[in-house]
Amino acid sequence: MADYHEMWESLGMDVKAHDQLCAVLPTAFGDTYLSQENRPENMAYYDFVVSEIHGVRPAELIEHQKAGGKVLGTFCLYVPDEIVFAAGGIATGLCGGSQFWVPDGEKVLPKNTCPLIKASVGARVGRTCPFFRIADMYVGETTCDGKKKAWEVLAEDVPVHVMDMPQMKRPQDVQKWIGEIGIFRDVVEKFTGNKVTKENLQAAIVLLNEKRRALARVFACRKADPVPLSGKDALLMMQIAFYDDPGRCAEMANKLADELEQRIRDGHGVFAKGTKRILVTGTPMAIPNWKLHHLIETSGAVVVCEECCTGTRYFENLVAEDCQTIEEQFSALAKRYMKNNCACFTPNQGRIDDILRLAKEYKADGVIDVNLKFCTLYDMEGRDVERALKKEGIPVLGLETDYTDTDAEQLRTRIGAFVEMLG
Amino acid sequence: MEITNYIGIDIGSTAAKVVVLGAAELRFVLPTGWSSPDTAQAIRRELERQGIVLADSLVIATGYGRRAVAYAETQITEITCHAAGCADEHPNCTIIDVGGQDTKAIHLTDGKVDDFIMNDKCSAGTGKFVEIMANRLSCDIDTLFSLAAKGKILPISSLCTVFAESEIIGYIGNGCKREDIAAGIVDSVSEKVAQMAQKLPLEHEVLLTGGLSHLQYFAESLGRKLRHPVALRANGRYAGAYGAALLARRRGAAQ
Repeated sequence: MADYHEMWESLGMDVKAHDQLCAVLPTAFGDTYLSQENRPENMAYYDFVVSEIHGVRPAELIEHQKAGGKVLGTFCLYVPDEIVFAAGGIATGLCGGSQFWVPDGEKVLPKNTCPLIKASVGARVGRTCPFFRIADMYVGETTCDGKKKAWEVLAEDVPVHVMDMPQMKRPQDVQKWIGEIGIFRDVVEKFTGNKVTKENLQAAIVLLNEKRRALARVFACRKADPVPLSGKDALLMMQIAFYDDPGRCAEMANKLADELEQRIRDGHGVFAKGTKRILVTGTPMAIPNWKLHHLIETSGAVVVCEECCTGTRYFENLVAEDCQTIEEQFSALAKRYMKNNCACFTPNQGRIDDILRLAKEYKADGVIDVNLKFCTLYDMEGRDVERALKKEGIPVLGLETDYTDTDAEQLRTRIGAFVEMLG
Repeated sequence: MEITNYIGIDIGSTAAKVVVLGAAELRFVLPTGWSSPDTAQAIRRELERQGIVLADSLVIATGYGRRAVAYAETQITEITCHAAGCADEHPNCTIIDVGGQDTKAIHLTDGKVDDFIMNDKCSAGTGKFVEIMANRLSCDIDTLFSLAAKGKILPISSLCTVFAESEIIGYIGNGCKREDIAAGIVDSVSEKVAQMAQKLPLEHEVLLTGGLSHLQYFAESLGRKLRHPVALRANGRYAGAYGAALLARRRGAAQ
């Protein structure tokens, strides 16, 4: 990474502590990513983004702020980025995916909080992530009890707006979500000083739909056997999509998809044809959490799809682009976002249907249902997931883990045995 | 080249087990010690001492130290190997393998693994738990079980080895009978193992393998918790190594 110390210091970061993170990341990335063979050329962009992870994009966001723009940090894919971009703001994902931030999080949160929340809060309170420093406002949501309380901790240090999520999917819940998006619009308008109009909202809807279409194109390529892209590389693209400029994200994903489609025509894969194909489902994997994918792909199998927030849920379903009024646009936004099937909803049959559909579409030989420790909702829903898959004759392995590497060998045994079981 | 012996090596966290099938039929066990590569070399020396030529053998390694066996043809997880070690005689069964640091329950249908479950990173419900408690009672593991058979169960936590040990210290301080404490220890480990194994269907016979699979009292205690009879797999300690040797023979036949 180039030298960004001046920028980090001006952001009020704990630069010394942050240097420790910068020191380990290149090795971790090299071991996990650069050791892969036969990677698509267009992964070079994503490698570059990681190599400059706390430099290039933060500098862009600061430029935006210098020009009078606002940056809003989000933690969940129910938050409609369209509103932020329509008002001339930038939305950027803030989820923490490293154990590095967990100890700082544990200073203010109970230990039995999920690592994603601990890392996210730790990145803020420890002042060791530029994105958490740059964001002018955080946008939370009430998807789980841990997050609800975490916003209260974060709000002591940074402006936080919380969207109140419905917990069911009845018509009145969609109506409620339209109302919440309206409140969010009011907050964003006041914060940015810009109005959300039918025109700028339409442009934002198209911008983010284009990003979704591009990511979906890359995923569609993963249905091929031999698979032209490793699961690790696909995961990296998704993780970066959360905070990259949406237009550039679409452009780069489309370039990657062009290359992958050519690879498919050439019968060119990154794993041998017939390699056991795994669908991963469950909790999100925020950057730089590559642990499970790395274990799977060094145990004789390949990840072909992720049914999770850092997977299909991020791009499946588009917002209708043919709305005539701003009211229709709000309704279209609410409908699209409410199609996401997170375990925070009850009942959540839609997610089970998604998993079964994706297992078939991606020709998965088996499913690994992974749960971040202390995520009660996904943990409990795991029973339904396993039952439905077994009923369909699809082998499934349930795993629980966190951001530490201490359970890697145990996980390797389980994953290895699961792959052996697939034959 | 003619392969004369098929060798399964199972390097667990506590003991390394070796089974040889073919021209030589033998098995032996060594302590794992602190270095799996050293153990792998000790096994090689022992095999050579017994007249086995590694160059004429096909070796499959399993267990935690499987990757340390440089002279192995391949590595296979202990879950698959324990299953292979039982499948010929018991094609439909549930295997409970209580190992030094892991406990696994493995479900077999028609000789194939179709589901398994393994404990999280926690020593309660593993051989390590029993080993620590036996040390606390100043006896070996076999003695702990024979004491337990004569005792009345004292309640001991099955959640955490460290908590359980402090409870035992409390019982020792109160002058409780050693037999009763031993019975509590066995009850605790059985409870934890049963909690896990119950998540798999137990419609067929249940077989015990691993380092505690020669202990009738343990099988009975576990059977009470599971409300299902538990049988001791003959030479169950060697099930993983035996399975690895069988898989080596199968691989040799396919080559």
